Amino acid sequence: MALQAIAFYLMATVTVAAALAVVLARNPVHSVLFLIAAFFSAAGLFVLLGAEFLAMLLVVVYVGAVAVLFLFVVMMLDVDFAALRQGFAQYLPIGGVVAGILTIEMVMVATIIATKGAASRVTGPQASLPDVSNAETIGRVLYTDYVYFFQAAGLVLLVAMIGAIVLTLRHKPGVKRQNIARQTARGPKSGMTIVDIQPGAGEGE
Amino acid sequence: MIGLTHYLTLAAILFTIGVFGIFVNRKNIIVILMSIELILLAVNINLVSFSVFLHDVVGQIYAMFVLTVAAAEAAVGLAILVTFFRNRGDIAVDDASVMKG
Repeated sequence: MALQAIAFYLMATVTVAAALAVVLARNPVHSVLFLIAAFFSAAGLFVLLGAEFLAMLLVVVYVGAVAVLFLFVVMMLDVDFAALRQGFAQYLPIGGVVAGILTIEMVMVATIIATKGAASRVTGPQASLPDVSNAETIGRVLYTDYVYFFQAAGLVLLVAMIGAIVLTLRHKPGVKRQNIARQTARGPKSGMTIVDIQPGAGEGE
Repeated sequence: MIGLTHYLTLAAILFTIGVFGIFVNRKNIIVILMSIELILLAVNINLVSFSVFLHDVVGQIYAMFVLTVAAAEAAVGLAILVTFFRNRGDIAVDDASVMKG
């Protein structure tokens, strides 16, 4: 139990510190790298809770896809990030006050919910059904009761993919492309002409 | 003993850091998008910890759906950002008043 507490506090500290660094870093590339650190330690917390499947999903989806996408965009765009930090110090005090109040309120609500809510009557954590792995537990529910939601999630991803492609696709004028329809429709009539040449014409100088 | 309170407190702190990030980085839309990812991560931590401490796996299913939507949102958001950068040569969002909305 003590080991669990040490692991929790370690990973929670790393998560919060990395999240703060994301927000406060001067260089957005550093922000993305700290974001990856935050996601990794959050995945560790999920493992600690027993939700291994979601932890791996977090690493694969967030670190492998979303963070790399951010990294691509940050490195691709040639932006003067120093100019974008203008007004940072101006908003720091008011932002800090609002954040502080919000934290206090949310922690109070969380404490009351955890100690007096429905979770207080349940004994101990349990991420999966007894004698069943976490992935199987999720699969049993996801592919039965929530199968339509699962399909809808796939549709959301499809629409997002099409949207992202449509938004970023650029048709440059003057680029030579293969036109397969024209290529296959080409027959001897349109592709070849027989020229009747008079004997001796075009000979010599 | 690490209980539900600890996880909820962590999620609350993470959520506020995300809100704080949107506050202080008002011009840098890339950091705003990253702050939104942090907020969604906090929501996921909440969902998973409630799922574990209430013995109800549906919370983890919901967290998966949140993950899906977060990925889709990041993809579309960054695509819009790239298009905006191509059109304006800059990503300062306070100049984004072309539509006069």
